[in-house]
Amino acid sequence: MARQGTSPEPVSAAAPVVALQDVAVRVGGRTLWSGVDLRVGAGEFVAVLGPNGVGKSTLVKVLLGVQPAHEGRVRVLGGAPGRAGERVGYLPQRRSFDASLRMRGTDVVRLGWDGDRWGVPLPRSRARRAARKRIAEVIERVGAAGYAHRPIGQCSGGEQQRLLIAQALVRRPELLLLDEPLDSLDLPNQAAVASLIGRICREEGVTVVMVAHDVNPILSRLDRVVYLAEGGAVSGPPAEVITSETLTRLYRTPVEVLRTSDGRLVVVGQPEAPARHSDRHADRHTGRDGGPA
Amino acid sequence: MTSPVLLAAPGWAPALGQPFFQHALVAGTGIAAAAGLVGYFLVLRAQVFTGDALSHVAFTGALAAFALGASLRIGLYGGCIAFALLLGVLGKRGRADDVVIGSVFSWILGLGAFFLTLYTTSRSAGNGNAGVGVLFGSIFGLSSGQALTAALVGAGICAAVLAVARPLLFASVDEAVAAARGVPVRVLGFVFLALVGACAAEATQAVGSLLILGLLAAPAGAAQRMTVRPFLALALSAGLAVAEMWAGLAMSYAVPKTPPSFGILAVATAVYGATFLRKPRGRRAAAAANAA
Repeated sequence: MARQGTSPEPVSAAAPVVALQDVAVRVGGRTLWSGVDLRVGAGEFVAVLGPNGVGKSTLVKVLLGVQPAHEGRVRVLGGAPGRAGERVGYLPQRRSFDASLRMRGTDVVRLGWDGDRWGVPLPRSRARRAARKRIAEVIERVGAAGYAHRPIGQCSGGEQQRLLIAQALVRRPELLLLDEPLDSLDLPNQAAVASLIGRICREEGVTVVMVAHDVNPILSRLDRVVYLAEGGAVSGPPAEVITSETLTRLYRTPVEVLRTSDGRLVVVGQPEAPARHSDRHADRHTGRDGGPA
Repeated sequence: MTSPVLLAAPGWAPALGQPFFQHALVAGTGIAAAAGLVGYFLVLRAQVFTGDALSHVAFTGALAAFALGASLRIGLYGGCIAFALLLGVLGKRGRADDVVIGSVFSWILGLGAFFLTLYTTSRSAGNGNAGVGVLFGSIFGLSSGQALTAALVGAGICAAVLAVARPLLFASVDEAVAAARGVPVRVLGFVFLALVGACAAEATQAVGSLLILGLLAAPAGAAQRMTVRPFLALALSAGLAVAEMWAGLAMSYAVPKTPPSFGILAVATAVYGATFLRKPRGRRAAAAANAA
């Protein structure tokens, strides 16, 4: 399938954090998308957009190395995807924790710190003190100190999301992969979490690749967008990609991009295209099986 | 909690001099510690039902071994571990699923009844009480060699659970993130199921196949109600299981009409029930742990 209108990428001296070259992905014998080119530089904030079921989450899984690319070349932090370990922080598309889960927010953040190590944590060790310090720091950073000691199942959706961002951040990753972090949050929480992610990106130089369903809450912070559509993709700076003409072509239905009086872009009439397969919020156990979305 | 009281009771002191009681204590400690650790993860992963299914398999495996004249241990461990892994294969991603367990385990129980009939009719020299022994346990009938083996197997299961505890916790609570960080989520699921199988086989000797579920679920459930700290809850679950085992054995010795499996599970259930009397809070739980 032909690549559609890829904008020329700026030549960067530093190695890109994420580099995709003409990448295609097949799941269950069907090509989800193809011809995706993307270069993400250090400290950039990138959104992955597109209709339901087009394979946005699959792109994140490709970057994690959980889903292989069918063709093309994928590099993450200078190596093959899946090799960067704790240098990549990940926030999956989320169900909320079971209300009966007897574990504190700090314990969930702690899993992000050393949950992948064998054995059990030893009490009163130096490693434990270092872990405590960093966990307290990152919980403070996301503004979760007030409820991090409560059982996480009893925290609200927005509170859980902040704790999970803390979990993804606790090892000081260079790349943060966020899959629909604003999903199922109310509007004030969407704005607050979007601004938190924007601050982390700007102030700590963390590269953020974020799958989003609705572009408006994050549009003002974006350096680059990737629009995935059936068969093809477009990537580039928001001003070039988010235009009425491009979006209308990608969605195959009229989409209007408006400019507000203070210069912000607003996407109107973005269709809720019916998912081709299962529900977008597929059961989490099927995640690795590579269902679309 | 209960054990110091019973230590002081007149019926207790001579018990320690009795070899059968010593054997029960040695075996029971290993079995209870393993069941406590495995049970914590069963409760956390909402897989308690798996333990129930395996209790049926333990019954059938043991009776198949009797009926075919094979070693009891091979029937128990072979049956339980193989079936635990099978459940993982049938269920998704190393987690056994409720429908799979529900549809298979009644059939397994029927198979056990078949082996029981086969055994009691064809091997007339056999022990007619074998079925009862397997169902309800015979911890006071262990030889010193059997007790030592049970304790060592229990210690082995404990060591294995502790070795995988942290990544297993990660995979149980946050599967997708754990997988992305390189935790072998699926393999861990199978390793855990094999440990549950070994633990069920092991616990059958102490409390019998029908009552395994209590030993796996009650201490772990109580520990999770008492503290929200995961590793403290894990330790507490094992500690409670061992204390409940000791108290149950002592009770059964002191009151001759009570079988040990009843004593152990009576204490375990009482402790679990008692956790509902107080609000589940971290600090109180720690105090209770010290008291136990």
